[in-house]
Amino acid sequence: MNALALYGRYIITSLRAQAQYPTATLMLTAGHCAATSIEILCVFALFHRFGSVGGWSFGEAALFYALVNIMFSLADLLSRGFEVFGTDFVRTGAFDRVLLRPRAAALQLAGYEVRLSRLGRLIQASIVLVFATNLVPITWDARAVAIALWAVAGGIGLFMGIMVLQATLAFWTVDSLEIMNVLSYGGVQAAQYPLNIYAAWFRRVLTFGLPLACVAYYPVLAILRRPDPLGAPDWLLPLAPIAGFAFLALSFVVWRTGMARYASTGS
Amino acid sequence: MTTRAARPYLAAFRARFQLVLQYRAAALAGFATQLWWGAIRILVFAAFYGVNAAAAPIGLTDVVTYVWLGQALLALQPWLADPEVGQAVRSGGVGYDRLRPLDAYGYWYVRTVGWMLARALPRAVLMVLAAAIVLPLVGLDDWAWRPPSGVTAALLFIPAFILMTMLAAAVLMLANIIVAASLNERGVNAVLAPLVIVFSGSLLPLDFYPDAWRPFLHVQPLAGLVDIPFRIYFADLTGNAALRGLALQAGWTLVLIALGRFAMERMMRRLEMQGG
Repeated sequence: MNALALYGRYIITSLRAQAQYPTATLMLTAGHCAATSIEILCVFALFHRFGSVGGWSFGEAALFYALVNIMFSLADLLSRGFEVFGTDFVRTGAFDRVLLRPRAAALQLAGYEVRLSRLGRLIQASIVLVFATNLVPITWDARAVAIALWAVAGGIGLFMGIMVLQATLAFWTVDSLEIMNVLSYGGVQAAQYPLNIYAAWFRRVLTFGLPLACVAYYPVLAILRRPDPLGAPDWLLPLAPIAGFAFLALSFVVWRTGMARYASTGS
Repeated sequence: MTTRAARPYLAAFRARFQLVLQYRAAALAGFATQLWWGAIRILVFAAFYGVNAAAAPIGLTDVVTYVWLGQALLALQPWLADPEVGQAVRSGGVGYDRLRPLDAYGYWYVRTVGWMLARALPRAVLMVLAAAIVLPLVGLDDWAWRPPSGVTAALLFIPAFILMTMLAAAVLMLANIIVAASLNERGVNAVLAPLVIVFSGSLLPLDFYPDAWRPFLHVQPLAGLVDIPFRIYFADLTGNAALRGLALQAGWTLVLIALGRFAMERMMRRLEMQGG
């Protein structure tokens, strides 16, 4: 069986397990949807009170919010194994079993527990996307759809990269450190507002350090057919999401270094 | 006489407080997360204030203080039911609690307060160091956590803080009771967290929401958790308004405790022992 088919099998197994408890899954999804949607209330209230900021209306800001949350929810769905890697694999010694199987460890972890409840965030973000489309309005022609899909793909890469880094840290700390949440959840928080409203040093962090701007801000400018108020050239805007994949690739390089020094906890 | 009666509750509080205080790594991780979170919030506020500061209900320095204070005292927010209640009910440990010659509500209540305060204290100390001392020292005065605005504000903040803690514990007790009745904390937490974050003023000071919502936002019980005490701290609520705020906190605390006692009695009568 090739890697992709095996990965599909992992996902199907995990979905079937959750289908055994349909009510619980539905309730958890609804709860996740409610818990993650309060942020849009914050964005709404701020725009309602202050009018516009940095040349953006609420509808346009909602597009940032929707896209960032869509990419994060999908990444979250696909990287549970990395998120709980320290607690559930390294500390318990379960990673030894993973290593014994003749398959890449990263593949097995990516297929571990695909939680349907995480779709709660995807649902609310999709609803916000519909609202944003009507408010601005955005014309979803082939070009805009293609850029959006490409940006989401890049964003999934970026957020998965963060989770992989978080997991890598566990080779040293033997536990999952919540501190990495500042990059994942904190990243979502930061990227759901347009980049140009931030102070210069923070813009630089979000472009060159943790390239969230490349998967959210620049492609959204391209979708809205707006020139960058900060002066990035137009041709760059739709290309930017490639930084997400670069970040993921880099994370896997670090992951390999970590793997090389893995010593079992022995339990 | 009263001190004798209070002694077991004090002991239960102290035991829980000292135990939870031991989790230093958790406190450090929580602090770092909250520092970053506060910074992002402030950057967003600064952007909006830069455009149209006149539209804001309070000044930027007050908002900055509001954010830091909120991050420092985040663990006092009742968004998660006390995890030990769920465990005790599932394992049957709650049976021991029933056997104690103590008031069951009072016993859980003081333990919950101990749990919340012990998680909040180290984070608050670290946050004071970072946001109120280090930030001004490195020249970021505008972004620092300011001391209370005046002696009156400081004095009024003491009862406001006590009431906010008591109110939070009363809210959590209702959640604990639902957990005990349903044997599971997931459902309660999923509903409780978003409600508290929005209506307490954690997400945004309540006056930032559309004006039409104000009459409701200012009288609902959760306003006493963040919005009222913090506005007393930086003297946005003064004189009679501050006293009204304190009265609202106290009133809702009493109502929720009464409600909790009533619900707990009914729940305990129907409780079935688990485990063994």
